[in-house]
Amino acid sequence: MRRLTALIRKETRQILRDPSTFLIAFLQPLILLFIFGYGVNLDSNKIRIGLVVEDNTPDTASLVRAFTNSRFLEVRLGQDRREFEHDLVIGHIRGIVVIPQDFSIDMALQTGAVNLQVIADGAEPNIASFVQNYTFGVVQVWLQHEAEDRGQSAAALPIRVLPRFWYNAELKSRNFLVPGSIAIIMTLIGTMLTALVISREWERGTMESMMATPVTITQILLGKLIPYFVMGIGSMTLCTLVCTLVYDVPFRGTYPALLAATSVFLLAALGQGLLISSVAKDQFVASQIALMAAFLPALMLSGFIFEIHSMPRPIQLLTHVFAVRYFVTSLQTLFLTGNVWPLLIHCMAAMLVISMVFFALTTRKTKKRLDA
Amino acid sequence: MRTSAGRIFALIVKELLTMFRDPKGRVILIVPPIMQMVVFAFAATLEVKNISVVIYNQDTGSHGAEIVHRLAGSPAFTDITFVDRNEAIRPAIDQQKAIAAISIPQDFSRDIEAGRAARLQVILDGRRSNAAQIVNGYITTIITAYGNEIEAVRGTTQPSIRIDGRNWFNENLLYRWFTLPSLVGILAMMIALVVTSLSVARERELGTFDQLLVSPLMPLEILVGKTIPAVIIGIAEGLLIWTVAITAFGIPFKGSFLLLLFALFIFIMATVGTGLFISAISKTQQQAVLGTFIFMVPAVTLSGYTAPVENMPLWLQKVTYLNPLKYFLITLKGLFLKDMSFHDVWTNTWPLLIIGGLTMFLAGWFFTKRLE
Repeated sequence: MRRLTALIRKETRQILRDPSTFLIAFLQPLILLFIFGYGVNLDSNKIRIGLVVEDNTPDTASLVRAFTNSRFLEVRLGQDRREFEHDLVIGHIRGIVVIPQDFSIDMALQTGAVNLQVIADGAEPNIASFVQNYTFGVVQVWLQHEAEDRGQSAAALPIRVLPRFWYNAELKSRNFLVPGSIAIIMTLIGTMLTALVISREWERGTMESMMATPVTITQILLGKLIPYFVMGIGSMTLCTLVCTLVYDVPFRGTYPALLAATSVFLLAALGQGLLISSVAKDQFVASQIALMAAFLPALMLSGFIFEIHSMPRPIQLLTHVFAVRYFVTSLQTLFLTGNVWPLLIHCMAAMLVISMVFFALTTRKTKKRLDA
Repeated sequence: MRTSAGRIFALIVKELLTMFRDPKGRVILIVPPIMQMVVFAFAATLEVKNISVVIYNQDTGSHGAEIVHRLAGSPAFTDITFVDRNEAIRPAIDQQKAIAAISIPQDFSRDIEAGRAARLQVILDGRRSNAAQIVNGYITTIITAYGNEIEAVRGTTQPSIRIDGRNWFNENLLYRWFTLPSLVGILAMMIALVVTSLSVARERELGTFDQLLVSPLMPLEILVGKTIPAVIIGIAEGLLIWTVAITAFGIPFKGSFLLLLFALFIFIMATVGTGLFISAISKTQQQAVLGTFIFMVPAVTLSGYTAPVENMPLWLQKVTYLNPLKYFLITLKGLFLKDMSFHDVWTNTWPLLIIGGLTMFLAGWFFTKRLE
């Protein structure tokens, strides 16, 4: 025990005296939160479209107004779609809506074939589907108003769909992206930093001098782990504060639950970092492995931006290997929904199993030997 | 004595040899990009597939059953669970067993038969608001179509408008058509950056840089000799991914290959300039790795790849003017999908010349200043 505290004191001093660890633990989270918070926004609040009015009558004028008044669209008017085709190619607009020539006549005659053409920029698939959805919405609302004006009230639509978005009523993607990005930041701190720092010890040979002392390998590992764990919790606190105070993301769970989820995740992340460093023993290789095995999965396979359910089956299975997937779910739930225990316990159990595997592998891999 | 060109040529040969003779270096040049490409291509999608919904159908009439039937028949909804209590909806959403819950009220069929507006409640998981909005779009489309049919049968057709939705450049909104062209730029950038930023730092750490300095090479010649191999590797990597994208993944390439080569060359020059700059200001490999990382994460995040640039706040959109990747992604998507003209490619390429020139100049300046 006395040896362990001595080791912890040594590691802590090492962290405090090395400015670069401090930068990674506290400055980098701020930078990343800033970039993710402002840069990654999936809400296409104002999509620029071109509206081609081939038919100029009072009827179409009211439809045009419906488009220009939409809070989701920024409309530029034109008479000919060719005016907009080039804009669509260079991405100045994301869609063209064409009100065709016989629009009012067809409306009046009720031929049942009133067409409205929507051309979206398929090179941006996500925006394109929003262009289609928003146009559909504008037209439906307009039809309803028209019907009401003519005195045919609510019966206009036989079925009304009333959507309600729970836990994020204003549909701000930031509310789920920012908590998710905390998981990425914690991955960087847990895995990348430990992998780099410990592989540096191998590279510089200071690990050898530790081995010459009477401490056991478990004590060495614990001595490394505990200070970084404390630092991780510190930077989690910082992230949570920024998240709720600066970005106004609600926090509906409880802090003990957040602490529990973070601790389990940090165990897994630190375990992975330790394993990487004892396999690589070289800073360059360690940083590359950490990038490939920790950072990229955190970005791509965690459900942070990309829906896991939409991925092909083999990749969905692969995501279970990464603790960060469970951490993203836990964070999004704790921030937006609350303590959903069945889900949280499932996530924490999975992260715990993953961390056990990492530690088992690390202790097997790290022997008090110099040739390995 | 050799001529200047001869000396530079010798250095280029030496650089390429060190890169390919080192097994670790070889692995890093080839394995990560391929792995990333496969994972990114399959995992990175904002499409919503394999949707799980919960249905609470209180209606005993035929209309409720028909709607359930239609939802079940849609390929997007792969997992439908029925519940018989309203209280069962919340846990299903909370625990993410379903992204949407559809509640059909008791008097649903009766309302339709009586010509009253029937209401249908859809509850969506706002924790994943982007996916939830798309799911809501699917559900609304199915139900509105059914509503229109009812009206057609009744013969009371209200004025309706058929929206003829098209997506140019990518008719089926395949997300892969967006991801893979972007990857040509992202992965080529990553490799070119790692190669340049580490080459000088590693030589400095190993002490071989001093050997270069005592050779007859002038500082500027060293800079040129470091630049050209990285440019060659970056272009090769970009072309490799381009080839895989159009052959293995069947992505169409509509534009001119020469234009692609031209834009790729200038983009890689700008990237290498940035890499050399990072290399020139960092003293150790670790610093170079961190420097690369600090550049790369914002470059990818603020490029329009993770989220559209137009969704960012205005001031941040201005910052993206400094990001070489942002310009190149426009060109890439333009050339792959839209057959962009030389004029439009040039509009998105000349800023890269400025970025490249500036970073090269700064790298050279720091480089020679360090040496003196």
